[in-house]
Amino acid sequence: MSDNLQLAPHLVLTWHDWVALFGHYLMMSIMSVGGAISTTSEMHRFLVDQHHWLTEEQFSQSLALAQAAPGPNVLFVALMGWHVGMNAGSTTAALCGVLITMVGVLTPSTIITYTAARWAHDNRELRPVRAFKQGMAPIVIALLTSTAWIMGSSAGQGGNWRLWLLAVACGLIIWRTRLHLLWLLAAGALLGAFGQV
Amino acid sequence: MTSSNPLDRPRPTSLGDLFISFTILALQGFGGVLAVVQRELVERKRWLTQEEFVEDWAVAQIMPGPNVINLSLMIGGRWFGFPGAMAALGGLLLVPLGIVLLLVLVHGRFAADPHVAGALRGMAAVCAGLIGAVGLKLSVALRKHPLPLWWCIAIALFGFILIALLKCPLPYVLFGLGGLSCVLTYRRLNP
Repeated sequence: MSDNLQLAPHLVLTWHDWVALFGHYLMMSIMSVGGAISTTSEMHRFLVDQHHWLTEEQFSQSLALAQAAPGPNVLFVALMGWHVGMNAGSTTAALCGVLITMVGVLTPSTIITYTAARWAHDNRELRPVRAFKQGMAPIVIALLTSTAWIMGSSAGQGGNWRLWLLAVACGLIIWRTRLHLLWLLAAGALLGAFGQV
Repeated sequence: MTSSNPLDRPRPTSLGDLFISFTILALQGFGGVLAVVQRELVERKRWLTQEEFVEDWAVAQIMPGPNVINLSLMIGGRWFGFPGAMAALGGLLLVPLGIVLLLVLVHGRFAADPHVAGALRGMAAVCAGLIGAVGLKLSVALRKHPLPLWWCIAIALFGFILIALLKCPLPYVLFGLGGLSCVLTYRRLNP
């Protein structure tokens, strides 16, 4: 991180700025239909272009790290909050940034989803509700296979057929057996660490 | 949201059970936790059927917010109401949040290490395989679909072409193709 720090701005954030940051993430939450990742370009505009609270590098590093780490990808939001706080000068501010951005990005969508899901469950016999839930099933499958395809092709860039082979072999094992996923992840990590894939 | 299941199916025993289960599955998700949810909760723990999983997912997908977060809220809420939703959400986020913050602190030291980069590449490939396999398995659930199987396959295939090959923005696919699919399903369902 030391190389980033030289480039990073030294911010003085007022109460007003923190409130603006919180408000922005509240809005992002409501707009994030299809996942938080679909609002990244808007976050980039706000944090990097408009306010200069984050460097280009910190922004893309937040996305990449959250992708590489275990857990939901939405944690990239926490990393952005972390960097904003660090740029303001302290670990306390960084933790404050994490809290503000995560609470902001989760609260509205949580309330909306929980309420809607509850309503849909209570009215699950209604024809429109059944039509919606079952009608979306083919789309869900299209999304999954697309994600696998996109992940596989970005991993297999540069003609790395061994990575493809590993992905297909794991797919088959998972399809046919109930082996715990952690074994496969460990095997993938070992193969990668020793340069086999 | 009390469960409507007449059958005596496996279910989470407590809020702590929910929290720990979601923590464990979150830690297995590199580049996407949704497929792990299917693997752990549908196949191994059998808390949900394939059909319930697909239906909940449809709601989670269309609502604002991260999909897997929405799904955890719905699954947690199924048995324990709002506290259950919060337990599942907390399990999904707290430990991974700690890990990701640790990673950002040490990032400079290990980012250049080829072993670490290789290990991450290997794990990402395993996850791509997992997601593909889950897609295949869920296709089996289409057999019980009100639409004829061939229609379902055609819609799914068209969706795949739009998203994976043509890189169409997701909301268009969800509302356009998804809307069409819902209307077709509506017409086939008995009132």
